[in-house]
Amino acid sequence: MAGNDAITVLNPVGYPPKVTRRSLAPRLDQLDGKTVYLVDCRFDDSELLLREIQNWFHDRMPGVRTVFKRISSNYLMDDPATWEEIRANGDGAIIGVGH
Amino acid sequence: MKIDHDYGVPTVAVHTSVFQWVVRSVARANGMPHMRQVFVPQPVIGKTSAELRAYVDGKDPITNRPVMQEVIEGLAAPLGEHEMAETEFERSTPRSVEPAAEEELNRLFRENRWTDQLPIILPTEERVAAMLAGTSRKPEEVVGHMRPTDFREYWEYTVEKVAVNAVMAGAKPEYFPVILALAASGVSARGSSTSSMASMAVVNGPIRNQIGMNCGTGAMAPYNHANATIGRAYNLLSQNLQGGSEPGHTYMGSQGNAYAYGSVTFGENEERSPWEPFHAQHGFKPAQSAVSLFTGCRATTFSLGLRERHWREHVRNMLRGLDPRTPPTLLLDPIAARMFIDRGGFKSKDELIAWIDDNARMPAGEFWDYQLAQNYIYPRATFGEEPWAARLKAAPDEPIQMFLRKDIHVVVVGGETNPYWRIMGCTYQKTVSVDEWR
Repeated sequence: MAGNDAITVLNPVGYPPKVTRRSLAPRLDQLDGKTVYLVDCRFDDSELLLREIQNWFHDRMPGVRTVFKRISSNYLMDDPATWEEIRANGDGAIIGVGH
Repeated sequence: MKIDHDYGVPTVAVHTSVFQWVVRSVARANGMPHMRQVFVPQPVIGKTSAELRAYVDGKDPITNRPVMQEVIEGLAAPLGEHEMAETEFERSTPRSVEPAAEEELNRLFRENRWTDQLPIILPTEERVAAMLAGTSRKPEEVVGHMRPTDFREYWEYTVEKVAVNAVMAGAKPEYFPVILALAASGVSARGSSTSSMASMAVVNGPIRNQIGMNCGTGAMAPYNHANATIGRAYNLLSQNLQGGSEPGHTYMGSQGNAYAYGSVTFGENEERSPWEPFHAQHGFKPAQSAVSLFTGCRATTFSLGLRERHWREHVRNMLRGLDPRTPPTLLLDPIAARMFIDRGGFKSKDELIAWIDDNARMPAGEFWDYQLAQNYIYPRATFGEEPWAARLKAAPDEPIQMFLRKDIHVVVVGGETNPYWRIMGCTYQKTVSVDEWR
């Protein structure tokens, strides 16, 4: 294989899946009077950060009702019961991952 | 993303700033590039309430806009048309790279992060064809799917794609069935975890001797071509076939891990082991060839022999040095294995594993206070998962078992130059047939 000759080599990268673009949920017209869930992923002190966001709402936007909710298990596991609760009782969600 | 799209609840995700690239690329790959995300400074862990309140009152370090203004806008600012679109698009990978001179191609491979930053063998058609001769499988056959973390999408790869990476690693065609088996496992050697985990691959059966793998002196070190290049191929194929392993994007290991150059790849010393081979414990016959995968390799502790008076205490001390989320796999030189029989009477690996399980203990209060226990085990305990739920009821001073028996393993490796042995903290994933890939 001569150093300066152009050679063809194969690409080592795998094949990515098709991407399906998904829409976001409709946003709220306002937050006042609404219920916002603070969803704790239980990872690296995420609870403490979300508690401070909750305190911020209490101090600065008391018209927003906040509900602190820890996921049922760890962040690697799906938690449909919690998602259903948020859909049934909440208007919005803030999810905190810590680190 | 799931709450927002699947459950229709407007959602904002709050991350720390060092994760900006990875969370955005995950959102893109999951079809929600416009997911509303807000960033606070890193770290959150270990900060006081006052410090975290300052984060909340302060600015997003990425956008330099107030954090809570972004949170509120994320929930209430109307969607643009691009945020409501539902479309599909294909991505593709070309079979070959644009022709170029050797030096230019080496530079391209490095810059594209297709290497491990060490020199590679360029995968020409001829070299890849020679590698493909090491298996009866067709080049276009799909081998499997892999991803660097649970939240990313699976990428797919063929026999030819695995061969390309095997060539780059310097492997010989006769090693290719082992490399295909590693690829077929779907277990990535390049997980993106912030914990910098690496992997371990243990080969059993006749293939070890057929391709000249080292199971004895220096088996886990760079002194054998098959061990070294199979391990390197496993890492290269993992990073390239799963869609990358790039710091800040698809790799977040804070400190990194030297084991990730070639995993810890070796053959079990079946000939000198007093016990059954590892693959025979996991559904294979001794005459079959297989490779077993372990992930989460970070912590290692070691010792020399087993002293008559205090060997039990010494082993317990080693076990308590592991973090509670990463169970022990004992890597025993054959002399050390026989010492376990002489001292403890363990006639099988299972008997030794049972003893380890019973003796790996620490006070419950200490156990549950580990950050990794808090992140990964405590939530499962509170969810009612046994035996963690029962262990959560223990008094703080009560010694509780640190691990689950099914997660503890024993492998015999070494050349009997001395009864050194070590405990690798790691998680067994699966054992894969090599023979099916011949």
